[in-house]
Amino acid sequence: MNPTAEQTARSVNWQSKEMAARRKARYAAETRLKIYGLAAISVALGFLAFLLISLTYTGHKAFIQTEVVIELDLSASGVDQSKIMEADWRGIVRTALLQEVGDIPRSEQRQFFGLFTDQAAYIVRDEVIADPSKLLGRQEFTVPMSDPADQFAKGEISRETPESQRRMSDRQIAYFDAMVEKGSITQPFNWALFFSPDSRYPELAGLAGAIAGSFWTLLVCLVISLPAGIAAAIYLEEFAPKNRFTDLIAVNINNLAAVPSIIFGLLGLAVFLGWFGLPRSAPLVGGLVLSLMTLPTLIITTRNSLKSVPSSIREAALGIGASKHEAIFHHILPLAMPAIMTGTIISLARALGETAPLLLIGMNAFITSEPGGVMDAATALPTQIYIWADSPERGFVARTSAAILVLLGFLIVMNGIAIYLRQRFERRW
Amino acid sequence: MTASLLLAILALALFAAFVSSGKAKAVQAAASSEKAHSRPIYHGLNAAIWTGVPAAVLILVWLFAQGTVIDSYVLSQMPAADTVSQSERDLMMSEVRQLAAGNSFKEPTPDIRAGAAVLTSVRFAVQWAMIVVAVAVAVFGAFLGLKVVTPRFRARHSVERAVTLFMMFSSLVAIITTGGIVASLLFEAGRFFLKVPVTEFLFGLRWEPQIAMRADQVAGQGAFGVIPVLFGTFVISLLAMLVAVPVGILSAIYLTEYAHQGVRAVVKPLMEILAGVPTVVCGFFAVLTVAPAIRTLGMSIGVTASPNSALAAGLVMGIMIIPLISSLSDDAFAAVPRALRDGSLALGATKGETIRKVLLPAALPGIVGGVLLALSRAIGETMIVVMAAGLIANMTLNPFDSVTTVTVQIVTLLTGDAEFDNPKTLAAFALGLILFIVTLILNIIALGTVRKYREKY
Repeated sequence: MNPTAEQTARSVNWQSKEMAARRKARYAAETRLKIYGLAAISVALGFLAFLLISLTYTGHKAFIQTEVVIELDLSASGVDQSKIMEADWRGIVRTALLQEVGDIPRSEQRQFFGLFTDQAAYIVRDEVIADPSKLLGRQEFTVPMSDPADQFAKGEISRETPESQRRMSDRQIAYFDAMVEKGSITQPFNWALFFSPDSRYPELAGLAGAIAGSFWTLLVCLVISLPAGIAAAIYLEEFAPKNRFTDLIAVNINNLAAVPSIIFGLLGLAVFLGWFGLPRSAPLVGGLVLSLMTLPTLIITTRNSLKSVPSSIREAALGIGASKHEAIFHHILPLAMPAIMTGTIISLARALGETAPLLLIGMNAFITSEPGGVMDAATALPTQIYIWADSPERGFVARTSAAILVLLGFLIVMNGIAIYLRQRFERRW
Repeated sequence: MTASLLLAILALALFAAFVSSGKAKAVQAAASSEKAHSRPIYHGLNAAIWTGVPAAVLILVWLFAQGTVIDSYVLSQMPAADTVSQSERDLMMSEVRQLAAGNSFKEPTPDIRAGAAVLTSVRFAVQWAMIVVAVAVAVFGAFLGLKVVTPRFRARHSVERAVTLFMMFSSLVAIITTGGIVASLLFEAGRFFLKVPVTEFLFGLRWEPQIAMRADQVAGQGAFGVIPVLFGTFVISLLAMLVAVPVGILSAIYLTEYAHQGVRAVVKPLMEILAGVPTVVCGFFAVLTVAPAIRTLGMSIGVTASPNSALAAGLVMGIMIIPLISSLSDDAFAAVPRALRDGSLALGATKGETIRKVLLPAALPGIVGGVLLALSRAIGETMIVVMAAGLIANMTLNPFDSVTTVTVQIVTLLTGDAEFDNPKTLAAFALGLILFIVTLILNIIALGTVRKYREKY
């Protein structure tokens, strides 16, 4: 060893000021790194919290809906009991409403009717169809208020705003206050959000069609991708010869899992709609596209869970004379099943939130009826959110946030089930 | 109709399974001296497979084939169809179909009316033919399945062979999917390049795809130069990576090296929740909250921000990608051997110095792989940019301006009227081809790096 170097090494005075300052700088660098890390995590989680809070804040108001009870006397309208559908309900309900408030000038009638949903006449009609005795005498009907009145009732539209910039005129506010005084305005839980199909009017729009569409889409996705995924994984893990072709399949699956989802939408558009001629907007096509998209991930997770079953089980089964198929289907697969189910549910949750491929195959159409099967035109929850987010009416902002909360609710439930399954049934070997 | 037919075939298969396994049981009991090869259940399964699978495959093939066959038959019955061009023939056929479905908007010509009558009757005949043939195939299969039941028949082998075939086919689905993607993109993009030259597409500096769909529409001339679109994609992805890379790596460092067990147990699931937020939700959030905030920010520093600025989309996309980078970097740090870390600490380095001088360089290939995967995700990400980024293809580096991306253009070109012979629609497939190639290259490099690095230690 070089003696001078040895001497320098020995002559370092660790207590000197120089060295103390150096140590301090080094520890400061350490603390800085730690703070940067904490800051990074806070940014990510802060964003998540901010996102959830702001969506809850804008969305919670859509879970209640302002409704008004109107008393109408339809006996004078002369509706024929046997031809309820054909009557001019718009005119009848307007006349009956005017009777209730008494005289208002023609110029203000429009503003008054603007307080009720545009479809009020048909809601009254449907109630009458359900119970024809409502045609006799004074009867109570409950109709949702229009979007501006609803926003006003929820405090989104302030009285202080000058009338010209407000969507409720002073006259409308006066009528509204009169109704409040009469006690005819209620704000019940908005069941229509879950049980009504889509509508152009925010006060009537609901998610029933979208939820049904998502259900059918996911059903198709599950029916195709679960058996195919498990079969492919078993083949690749247990049967496939180790050669270049099976390597190619494995590499191909890994790459397919990272292909952008919109590419699968293009595939669905060109192949399923263009070449096979399947109907646009159908949950069948959506499910097919999503199953092709989830299949690679599903194969990868299933292979991993098959791999984690110890080989002693396979050898024991083979040793007492089971065939290879029997060893796999009677012993290994059942043991791997909890992990496979967990992976499947998580993939389905992913598929439930997927939007881009569904846009390309037309699942963003305006559809006001619930789909009854996989061939009917439908929307799905995420595409419904996209449609509502694009709608210009103010009321759809709250509805969109509420729809997002519903979607997140479904995702939480699905992931919760997956976590429960994992904790309850998964075995560590 | 088809659904109930399939259900009927399924019921028939179950019935065949039940009868065959019953027969197998009886036969094996009667011939107790002879050793039976398979258990009765396998005879049942064998019968079910023979009953159900050929019939179901036949139905699927029939359904895919019948459209073209019926069309060509109907056209052959219409004398007017022989003299006109292919596109007019397609038009006639769609009119016939509309009329047959009962929603024709104009008074049909006698030709079309006759065609619709032929179509209705042919459809009826074809449907019944399918039902009869499918049921006959199923019954024949059930008969065979029942007939082969003898004690020595190797039903288990037969069933296992069928299962293996199904598994082989399933594992080919991934290859078929890739093939389908490549074929459809190449085919449609090829049709696009017949109308717009490849060089103009690849090197053109103007992107104005809003050309007229019909002759009477007023619209621009149309220009299909992809450079501005790629540029916009690059700007937004760059912004996203500027957010995601430092935040992701630093949070991975903190989580693996500094955080207590308890903190990890809370933060990691939360990160997974962030990763699981659907992108349409992030997009709505970007429009609702982030974009106005950026406008205010722009105003306060004296810049006019566009309502759909690149910054809003890039920022939200970056946050969305953090969990991906964080978890991949986490894996990379975890894969660094304990000895390297211990050696550095034993020499007197602080934890921070160990991380910066030893762990980071050692984990770098894995981190780079993760970053490339994240970049490919950012480039292919659709909903956030569709909702928060713009539609006009600007070539600008100003993050407060609006730019457009490849995915935004694909969605705008394909939602609405989609006709497969318009350059506007086909342009989306050319864009899709570029997107596919770019992300594929990134993925291959990234997956290769990650794997190679794993092998090294």
